[in-house]
Amino acid sequence: MATVAASPTYAGTGTGEHTGLWSWLTTVDHKRIGVLYLYTSLFFFIFGGLEAVVIRAQLARPNGSLVSAEMYNQLMTMHGTTMIFLAIMPLSAAFFNFLIPLQIGARDVAFPRLNAFSYWVYLFGGLFITLPIFFGAAPDGGWFGYAPLTTPQFSQGVNIDFWVLGLQILGISSLAAAFNFITTIINLRAPGMNLMRMPMFTWMSFVVQFLIVLAFPVITIALIFLQFDRFFGTTFYEIGKGGDPLLWQHLFWIFGHPEVYILILPAFGLVSEVLPTNSKKPLFGYPVMVYSGILIGFLGFGVWAHHMFSVGMGPIADTVFGLTTLLIAIPTGVKIFNWIFTMWGGSLRFTTAMKFAIGLVALFTIGGISGVSHASPPADLQQTDTYYIVAHFHYVLFGGSIMGIFAGIYHYFPKMFGRMLNERLGSWHFWLNFIAMNLTFFPMHFSGMLGMPRRIYRYDTGQGWDTFNMISSIGAGLLVIATAIFVWNFFRSRASGPVASDNPWDAPTLEWSIPSPPPEYNFAEIPLVESRYPLWDLTHPDRTADIPHTKEGWSDQQRAAEAKPVHVETERRSARELGISMPLPTIKPLVVAAGIVIMFSGLIFIHLQNKTIAFTLIFGGAAILVGFLYSWLLSPLELEEAH
Amino acid sequence: MSASPALDHIEAGPHGHHYTTTGLDSRKIAIWAFIGSECMLFASLISTYLIYKGRSVTGPFPHETCVPPACATVIKPILDIPVTSASTFVLLMSSLSMVLALAAVENRNLPKYTFGDRVLGSSKLWLWMTCILGATFLGFQSYEFTSFVHEGLTIRTNLFGSSFFTLTGFHGAHVTAGVIWLGTLLAIDYRRGLEPADAINVDIAALYWHFVDVVWIAIFTLVYLIK
Repeated sequence: MATVAASPTYAGTGTGEHTGLWSWLTTVDHKRIGVLYLYTSLFFFIFGGLEAVVIRAQLARPNGSLVSAEMYNQLMTMHGTTMIFLAIMPLSAAFFNFLIPLQIGARDVAFPRLNAFSYWVYLFGGLFITLPIFFGAAPDGGWFGYAPLTTPQFSQGVNIDFWVLGLQILGISSLAAAFNFITTIINLRAPGMNLMRMPMFTWMSFVVQFLIVLAFPVITIALIFLQFDRFFGTTFYEIGKGGDPLLWQHLFWIFGHPEVYILILPAFGLVSEVLPTNSKKPLFGYPVMVYSGILIGFLGFGVWAHHMFSVGMGPIADTVFGLTTLLIAIPTGVKIFNWIFTMWGGSLRFTTAMKFAIGLVALFTIGGISGVSHASPPADLQQTDTYYIVAHFHYVLFGGSIMGIFAGIYHYFPKMFGRMLNERLGSWHFWLNFIAMNLTFFPMHFSGMLGMPRRIYRYDTGQGWDTFNMISSIGAGLLVIATAIFVWNFFRSRASGPVASDNPWDAPTLEWSIPSPPPEYNFAEIPLVESRYPLWDLTHPDRTADIPHTKEGWSDQQRAAEAKPVHVETERRSARELGISMPLPTIKPLVVAAGIVIMFSGLIFIHLQNKTIAFTLIFGGAAILVGFLYSWLLSPLELEEAH
Repeated sequence: MSASPALDHIEAGPHGHHYTTTGLDSRKIAIWAFIGSECMLFASLISTYLIYKGRSVTGPFPHETCVPPACATVIKPILDIPVTSASTFVLLMSSLSMVLALAAVENRNLPKYTFGDRVLGSSKLWLWMTCILGATFLGFQSYEFTSFVHEGLTIRTNLFGSSFFTLTGFHGAHVTAGVIWLGTLLAIDYRRGLEPADAINVDIAALYWHFVDVVWIAIFTLVYLIK
């Protein structure tokens, strides 16, 4: 165990990198933005978890009286909204930001200032949608906000307004990031890094960005319709004027189903990094893993109405969506097999990251099995709106996404912070988490099958649900302890964990060829890539002998990009020393983000009957937004070099 | 790969000689991704309009006369196809002037021999034309919206009013943003002149503008022309 050594941090490289709060507020460095996403999303994960703890405390016993029905609705809504939009998606974004440029051999994303903007919009939007709960005004229509329940007729008050406007703000963040990463992955790959050599995390993230681009506009419109109904008295969800009660559901789920693939694919990508590294074997069936990811993304747009099997769409619609839902299980199942075959015959090393990755393979499979059972419309008629569904999606989201993300955190913490997380604490975290998660959610299969409905704030005794609920609540308590161990490990290791080398896991991809944490310029020399596992080519050529490598020379591309063959860089220099032009830090993305959120806040005051404040905020926010946006667009990204 | 020789020296990337995987400027790829999202945005608006077609409980209606009890008095079909055809023509012509504006910027440094060459080569002229034609289209839209309100159709009147005004209103907002964008480019042209190195910025504005035009063609067809 190493003593506490001075390890390089973002603040203390002594090579010209800036320190202090202002440097974080003005950063456009993808690595720092990734760290900001990580901290903020872990905070919201804990906040959403505490909301769940209160829920479980209320439901531990029959006829619980800890919270009122109204408060329960707010907790239930915010737990879902927080976990999906403020925890899992931004945790994935933390990795998109930190990892993608490193994995493709780039110096940053295509639009660094837009990247910073995405983070600040997320932070301010997250605060916008979360703070109301402290005033008892939190959204209370479920994370899925079905109209007409959320229309003015049935939801007076500002709760739903916060929900609608908050989601619009968060949508801007995700869309901006999606444009950025699509461009980055298409256009900023190092020479020789063709698409079929990209690491799996980058590939899965690439698919996810397309899902975001195509799915988010649909929920934007669904929310616009609801917003207009609430603010301008339009008739989109107005049954009396002929509005279709299903319009909201269709629009929402056309977004909502791709959304769940947005939630899981990055975790799949992280597992596909962790398993091969800790099996000392290349990923089994890389091309199939790529194609199945693309297929999941594509088919994900064809299954949405399986969330609507009980609304009376008719036998043809039910059958079609039942079939497509069964179909999408195939590429997903293929991935499970490929992960197992990756480990088969490998030399397994059970780091904490590896345990979490294997945990995903096991727990996601359980979630997938219950998922496949929902694909049958008649079976789903019994399951829908019961705790059986709650069990399913917690297995795939917690047992899937969260496990995968923790695998990523344990695997990439050394690269991000230059120190190792404690493996013993990590083991405790994993096992407690694994046991607690199953304790919490497995009983829900049974209470659901016994008819316990979703979204109820209390239940009567004598229905066979009591024991299952008690077990779930105990499990939730254990999850708190497990998470606390993780948080303790995180902050202690951050401060005084053993210093990490370039490549503590002996991993094969480009991000491990540079110091931990990477210097601001990432690569002193852009690497010339000749295979899928460039570092194993150098250190373990026997492992990658069967994979196609480049045979011909690279001289033209080499010259164009000033690239050198892949090599390990251990020296820490400054960008100025190396003559690399870095983007200038700027406060403008933060201010533009603030302007947007100020404008949206103004809209809330219209419903609070205060037109003066409303218009001041709206026009003031607009002025800030437009002014700083122009300034941003008309100023250069980097100091112009003289050619 | 290169649309014109003038683009070659910036073909390598956004900062001049930086390498990009495709050889294209990153901004071009980004605008296409953005246009992809806008397609889904308008597809959702248009789909809702089509789903709600013919389902308004009360009038006015787009293509049918509205008689009591659906309306208080008899109201003629409210859409004015001839006038909207004129505004559609204006918007289509604005795409032509946009193409000419881009060409003028790209070819700024090529010699102009005749008066015709100089007219075609004036980026300021064609940017003005595009802005004016765009603004004219918006003028037609305002006239149409206000006359509809006058005849008893507002955004809250019925499903037709809600879906029509939201759809065409979103489109009009996009045209407005485009006119402001082009106006900014025009201001830069007056300030320091738009050089061929700026062609990428005019190019992405043009892509956005053409997209907004194509969306209008879809809206005009589905809302106005098809009964």
